[in-house]
Amino acid sequence: MKKAVLTGEHFINGDVACAEGAIAAGCRFFGGYPITPATEVAEHISVRLPQVGGTFIQMEDEIAAMTSILGGAWTGVKTMTSTSGPGFSLMMETVGLAVVTETPCVIVNVQRGGPSTGLPTMGGQADMMQAKWGSHGDYEIIALAPSSPQEMFDLTITAFNLSEKYRTPVFIMSDEIVGHMSEKVVIPDPKKIKTISRPKPAGKKDRFKLYKPGPNGVAPMPSIGEGYNIHVTGLTHDEKGYPVMSVETQKEMMDRLLGKIRNNLDDIIMTEGYKLEDAEIVIVSYGVSARTSFTAVDTARKMGIKAGLLRLITVWPFPEKLIEKLSKKIKGFVTVEINMGQICREVQRCAGGRVPSYLAGHAGGTIITPDEVLKVLTEEAF
Amino acid sequence: MTQNPDKNAARQIHPLEDLVRTDRLPHIWCPGCGIGSVFTSCLSAVKKTGIPYNQFTMVSGIGCSGRGAGYINIDSFHTTHGRAIPFATGIKMARPDLNVIVFSGDGDLFAIGGNHFIHAARRNMDITVICVNNLTYGMTGGQAAATTPHLAKSSTTTIGNPENPFNLPFIAYASGATYVARWTMLHARDLADAVEDCLLRKGFSFIEVLSPCPINFGRRNKEKSLETLRKYHENTIIKNDANPAELDIDYSKGVILGKFVDIDKPSHDERYKSIYWPEEED
Ligand code: SF4
Repeated sequence: MKKAVLTGEHFINGDVACAEGAIAAGCRFFGGYPITPATEVAEHISVRLPQVGGTFIQMEDEIAAMTSILGGAWTGVKTMTSTSGPGFSLMMETVGLAVVTETPCVIVNVQRGGPSTGLPTMGGQADMMQAKWGSHGDYEIIALAPSSPQEMFDLTITAFNLSEKYRTPVFIMSDEIVGHMSEKVVIPDPKKIKTISRPKPAGKKDRFKLYKPGPNGVAPMPSIGEGYNIHVTGLTHDEKGYPVMSVETQKEMMDRLLGKIRNNLDDIIMTEGYKLEDAEIVIVSYGVSARTSFTAVDTARKMGIKAGLLRLITVWPFPEKLIEKLSKKIKGFVTVEINMGQICREVQRCAGGRVPSYLAGHAGGTIITPDEVLKVLTEEAF
Repeated sequence: MTQNPDKNAARQIHPLEDLVRTDRLPHIWCPGCGIGSVFTSCLSAVKKTGIPYNQFTMVSGIGCSGRGAGYINIDSFHTTHGRAIPFATGIKMARPDLNVIVFSGDGDLFAIGGNHFIHAARRNMDITVICVNNLTYGMTGGQAAATTPHLAKSSTTTIGNPENPFNLPFIAYASGATYVARWTMLHARDLADAVEDCLLRKGFSFIEVLSPCPINFGRRNKEKSLETLRKYHENTIIKNDANPAELDIDYSKGVILGKFVDIDKPSHDERYKSIYWPEEED
């Protein structure tokens, strides 16, 4: 058996760092389907998993890949898949099953330009709304947006931890540029890596209730073979896990599903502020676009514009309260993202008409340069 | 003269009571439906293997047969349309020691799930797939399935089905399944034996079970439930090792039942282990 945590300094790309992060987090099954620019995640993990006692399978399509990781997850194993835009669309039905059955798993979307086949080898950030609303029905989801190969490693571990803690699928919304970018990645000592595993049930097996929530709103999760005789269904179900077609059961189930995320926002939402204290104009950005935004803030400051940056590390659930609070003391927002205004709309919504909100967007295929951001900042916006 | 059972006698325990979620009864299956019988044969086989119940898991897709997983009292999963097999594959990849049964219908496994079926067979994934074939989409109201006979009526082919149906055992065989059989729900004992065989062997096993849907197929095609059973009795031929290419369902010629394929070949998990975990080998 080889080491699961390759402690040390590495020069690797984001996709590979993500695969290593998964293994360090305890992932031991990966069901995948190759798609550019996420393929390297699957390729690398296919080599590494068997070295650490795990398994890999290349399924026949993304639907199967996504479904296989749910089956795997119910055996008690931490599981992951990776994909890009078109594959992400195919996975969406099963994402709903993961949400409703409260199955922990991690889905990495290394975004490219779209719609459809779009720009397979060129970056984009235009699946952000699909991450929130891509599956049918109401649900809350957790999505993280790494900005560097180092964060591909670190946030993959965080994604597994959140997924296990809240029993929900977690998305890593990366993009081609971060996925294919090689940088120094520091992998810490295994003792320094905090990993969380799903809460396990205890007590009477015959009267076990599969979805009876614990104190933080999350129910303990047994595995196949432990003798709980669980029944898991995508139908609306009661606490026992049995299907019940009624308005009341639907409400109870939805309250529990939404509540476990909505009541724990402070624990889930991660952001980074840069020169926000005295900022009059706040750039909101995430993923690769946030890298541009740091430079834009510095340049703007040199030009005498009091700019600051709010980097979203967690994109979903959205930091509504924070944006709302900022909107009360600044002159306006500029959202920087590689799409035509997806997260920008959210910022607008939370700004509630108090201050204007502009987009420094791009149709996809390349990064946004600091100059483009400055142009919006100085000419169009303020 | 018949006699009523003794009111004071101890309650008869159903022989399969420990395997049925009695707290979920009554089940949703219609009177005259064959799914219940197929399910019973399947449960008796699980029991007969003598393997502890917690080493089994059942996965279903969607549809009337897809409700099977909801009634078996072992760890069971009712998944999405057509996806029982990839779900089962994930279980098997993560826990190769588990005995994984897929119990679902022809609509679920062969139309929306067709791609998954052929690939799991090709890989020789060690799972047992039981397909209740009632020639239609029962739960959604009797639309045409990938198994609906040519010219048969359905709610989406009201004048007659213009398409050709699949020969399921032939697909299974051609895709690489290492066990292929066909029975009808009337052949309860043969069916239970076949399921038991599959549970005890390694590799991808497939059993097609012909079963009536009097409500949604029978009604439109002027066939009463009992007439279907009569056909199962009179117009079927048991012919083990028959050529899979000759297994089309045509009652005028006689429908062939039996065990058609039983090959010993390493299963996917055995191969994965020997190639990727060589140090674990004895
Ligand atoms: S609709 Fe047909 S298949 Fe479904 S339960 Fe009724 S008889 Fe059986």
